Amino acid sequence: MTLQPAIRGLTRRQLLSRASAAGASLVIGAGFVAAPDAAWAYETAHLRPETFATLVRMARDIYPHDRIPDAHYVIAVKGYDSAEAAPGIAEGIAALDAAAQAGGFPSYLDTGWERDRVDILRSIEDSAFFQTIRGGLVTGLYNQKAVWPIFGYEGESYSQGGYIERGFNDIDWL
Amino acid sequence: MAASFELTDDSVVVIIGTGAGGGVLANELAQKGVRVVALEAGGRYLPEDYVNDEWESFGQLAWLDPRTTSGDWRVARDFSGLPAWIVKAVGGTTTHWAGASLRFQAHEWKAATTYGAVEGANLLDWPIDAAEMEPWYDLAEKKLGVTRTNGIAGLPGNNNYLLFEKGAKALGYTEVHTGRMAINSAEYDGRSFCHQTGFCFQGCKWGAKWSAAYTDIPRGEATGNLEVRERAHAARILHDDAGRVTGVEYFDRDGNLHFQRARIVCVAGNSFESPRLLLNSASSMFPDGLANSSGQVGRNYMRHMTGSVYATFDKPVRMWRGTTMAGIISDEARHDPGRGFVGGYEMETLALGIPFMAAFLDPGAWGREFTTALDAYEYMAGMWLVGEDMPQETNRVTLNAEVKDQWGLPVANVHFDDHPNDIAMRNHAYRQGRAVYEAVGATRTFPTPPYPSTHNLGTNRMSERPGDGVVNRWGQSHDIANLFVSDGSQFTTGAAENPTLTIVALAIRQADHIAREMAAQTL
Repeated sequence: MTLQPAIRGLTRRQLLSRASAAGASLVIGAGFVAAPDAAWAYETAHLRPETFATLVRMARDIYPHDRIPDAHYVIAVKGYDSAEAAPGIAEGIAALDAAAQAGGFPSYLDTGWERDRVDILRSIEDSAFFQTIRGGLVTGLYNQKAVWPIFGYEGESYSQGGYIERGFNDIDWL
Repeated sequence: MAASFELTDDSVVVIIGTGAGGGVLANELAQKGVRVVALEAGGRYLPEDYVNDEWESFGQLAWLDPRTTSGDWRVARDFSGLPAWIVKAVGGTTTHWAGASLRFQAHEWKAATTYGAVEGANLLDWPIDAAEMEPWYDLAEKKLGVTRTNGIAGLPGNNNYLLFEKGAKALGYTEVHTGRMAINSAEYDGRSFCHQTGFCFQGCKWGAKWSAAYTDIPRGEATGNLEVRERAHAARILHDDAGRVTGVEYFDRDGNLHFQRARIVCVAGNSFESPRLLLNSASSMFPDGLANSSGQVGRNYMRHMTGSVYATFDKPVRMWRGTTMAGIISDEARHDPGRGFVGGYEMETLALGIPFMAAFLDPGAWGREFTTALDAYEYMAGMWLVGEDMPQETNRVTLNAEVKDQWGLPVANVHFDDHPNDIAMRNHAYRQGRAVYEAVGATRTFPTPPYPSTHNLGTNRMSERPGDGVVNRWGQSHDIANLFVSDGSQFTTGAAENPTLTIVALAIRQADHIAREMAAQTL
């Protein structure tokens, strides 16, 4: 159960050759999920790879930030890939897929356009499953220090002496 | 050298809680030679322990024992188990507070008289007034080193303030400045000056912001008259057959129950824990809880009318740099019923980091309407709106017999419904806040709902007549002479101002009274 910058022992070509066609954003291999460009990969322990890929897609659709790479959404939800959480997640994702199918799509992951996926999410937003995933993302995504620079947020400042000499009043356009 | 008193020592004053009320009271009594045992539910954290990280700090300092909520306030929906954002630590919420140190306006001591009858509001005049409080405010301002008092310079304005000030002046507001803050603009009282670090809410690592944790508490201990027992959770106040309190039962960190005898007991656990303790201390003699012959214990819970306005601009602001609360507009703090509500409100800059902004900007929201706001975080400015809310008898802290804390004690349920006056004031404040930012070119503005409450007031209120409240003009309970309330729960009404300075002033005054009465053998 590791998140790594590239697939150990697999070239990108090999990875792609082993991939199934589920979803445009993620490639599913045997037992693992990876980015199409092999920028990251995650080997699932308890969830089916398709289920995990759907969860990552759902996470991005709930809190879409176009400048945040998928890897951070993976980190935000990988805690659900546990023996304890997996059955509930599998059930929730099955319900999400059922909602997609009710809208005429093969599955959530294979619903091609974000606008359509958001409509599907709206149809289940009052469910405990949706609220659990959404609520968990508030800390799971935004409390990752690695995403803070994407928002411009500078984090801890005491060790640098605060901002008294580093621009606390540097606004120059008023 | 910190004192150590025997459990059987019935000459001590026992104070429950060590924040702005209890911590100051403990030191002031110790300085006068009164021996004090202070029971503090939390641990001791000092500037070197504080962390510049919102969630990590929250885990370190926040009061996270279970509580429940009810009522129409949005906090009950979005943060049902967290009605308050307050601190469980030596020094209490003075580690977390922003430092705004404002006196009540004279008319706010007399809300019932000034505002007249307000339907559904349980308004009452305080039994004390501005003239009586003036010398105590003077002492409190000196203790805290409040800027713009006693010749202390104001703090320099940060980016969030400079933008706010420009908008305020464009609207014609005139009472605009960097605040009266218990944050040092220059070294004061042996503490450093503000380095504009941000993270005021997470405990000031420079010690530039006044906190009882590293001022009053150690000074009280240095007298040899104060013992602070950390991780000691008060469970029950006991009394004798004459109806006088005899001491406090508490759990130590290992869950062992002890009984500390006392000559006087002072309750200062903030406005949920203080009434909860009185209610949990019910006995055959006092079946409705201690000091509750009026039925007012737990009632009239106030949390200030609050809300925030955040705005985004087409150029960077970087509001998180520098003091969290960096300036104030006081023009709307007046009482002017022509605006459609009684009482007034302050507008104060506020900044959150990205982790808390995600949690609090619009709790429960998702999708691009929400995420595009966060995408503009670096271009965002923010202010907090804080005004007087109406006391209502039905807004109250009760015991929830269904839910127990880690000690097996019934937890506090906090019920709150907004009064129409609160809603009218909030809507006015939202409009004015938006106007401030639009005057400097905001591209988008956001009305942010109240956070879990930091200003918790009124659940053991002060009253002239015993039938109207819980404590008298000294914070002494109407029913039991040697039982006092020493925190914000004694507030009769909330006024528009941040409450800490008033809590501190009342604690200094109460210490003076208790020491005098003890010396006279009348207590």
